[in-house]
Amino acid sequence: MSDHEISMTVNGRTCTSRVEGRMTLGDFLREKVGQTGVHMACEHGVCGACTILVDGLAVRSCLMFAVQADGADVTTVEGAAAPDGSLSPVQQAMRECHALQCGFCTPGVVMTLTSLTQGATKSDEKTLLNAMSGHLCRCTGYQGIRKAIKQLAAGEAA
Amino acid sequence: MKPAPFDYFAPKTIDQALEQLDRGAGDATILAGGQTLLPLLALRMSTPGIIVDINRIPELQGISRERGATRIAPVTRQNAALANAELAAVLPMLTKALSHVGHFQTRNRGTVGGSISLGEPAAELPAAAVALGAEIEAHSVNGSRRIPATEFYIGPYATVLEPDELVTAIHFPDWASGSVTVFHEVARRPGDFALVGLVGAVTLDQGRVSRAGLAWFGMGPTPIRAAATEAAMLGQNAAQLDWAGLAELAVSETDPFEDHSASADYRRGVGRSIFARTLCEALNKGAMA
Repeated sequence: MSDHEISMTVNGRTCTSRVEGRMTLGDFLREKVGQTGVHMACEHGVCGACTILVDGLAVRSCLMFAVQADGADVTTVEGAAAPDGSLSPVQQAMRECHALQCGFCTPGVVMTLTSLTQGATKSDEKTLLNAMSGHLCRCTGYQGIRKAIKQLAAGEAA
Repeated sequence: MKPAPFDYFAPKTIDQALEQLDRGAGDATILAGGQTLLPLLALRMSTPGIIVDINRIPELQGISRERGATRIAPVTRQNAALANAELAAVLPMLTKALSHVGHFQTRNRGTVGGSISLGEPAAELPAAAVALGAEIEAHSVNGSRRIPATEFYIGPYATVLEPDELVTAIHFPDWASGSVTVFHEVARRPGDFALVGLVGAVTLDQGRVSRAGLAWFGMGPTPIRAAATEAAMLGQNAAQLDWAGLAELAVSETDPFEDHSASADYRRGVGRSIFARTLCEALNKGAMA
């Protein structure tokens, strides 16, 4: 069993730690970095709750080992809002459209939508909706999420 | 839901990876995108002693053209291949198949070579490799070989690869421009494994079928090439093909299984319908183009 010294940027802060090879990135972010907004549920890639950004791309943090993210730039839902606490466009749209009920799946949904709408990336409503196939909402609160996507896509187009 | 302990290596070159696989002597597993391997590890359906992570080997990524073919390096991400305009121009059938692989989020990590070398019977890319006539290039410390995709799969998640072999490239031969894309997949929701799927390409020359490559997925223990059906179509006038007869023949070449989602008979029935509909629509479009 091997363990490894790793270092990565998490929400703008550098984190260095020693991890076992088998520790997933999701567990690392929760247990070693305290980013408990990374929600681990199915832990085998089905539910999407643990979705985060690795070098700007939405990935499932349960399907990647922490050691694989050595040197990467990681963003979790804790890093979605601006430093002053003002909500990101995705968070704002989800808030206005009641796109969460219990909130368990929400961090993953926020990060997928963030990856598809941040910076210069523009995505149409269909692309955003298709990306939602990778998320399960146990409250079945999909209509609110759809509404938020519609609003986001309209904002993107404007 | 935590993987069993293992030793982790991340070689920087192909040679280092091959040495580790050789030393691992069957106890080493290759980690590419990990989108299937990590669930298997988490569920402890797989408990290798050594993981050889090939993500830090630059030569194993990228798409390039070679004479009469497109070479895809195995660690090329599925989303990168999907977004590759040149690939979409020369092999639109493969691009179409890629758009159905997993979910957007898993395609950011999942790789072309990982899916092809794993051999999940209901996956799109192994069937696309079989249908399009791809060759899989594998290296070990003892040398290299190229294996036709049609001879690569021997069972669910089982291929002819030896434990010390590493896939270093997949070569997809060109299809004449204007060749028709054949693709249809029936799944319970987008991104799920297919219950029944059909992928391939057909080339028409003055209205007649001059080349056909068709393979089923989700219809047996491996991707299944519809070889007899391809042969029956060759030289035929596309406007006069007997769709019902061909669909029957193509389904008779399969060996569907029963699981919690569908019976074997259901799969055959769906296969018959989608074969006739997909081929007929694709070829009508191709004939008009």
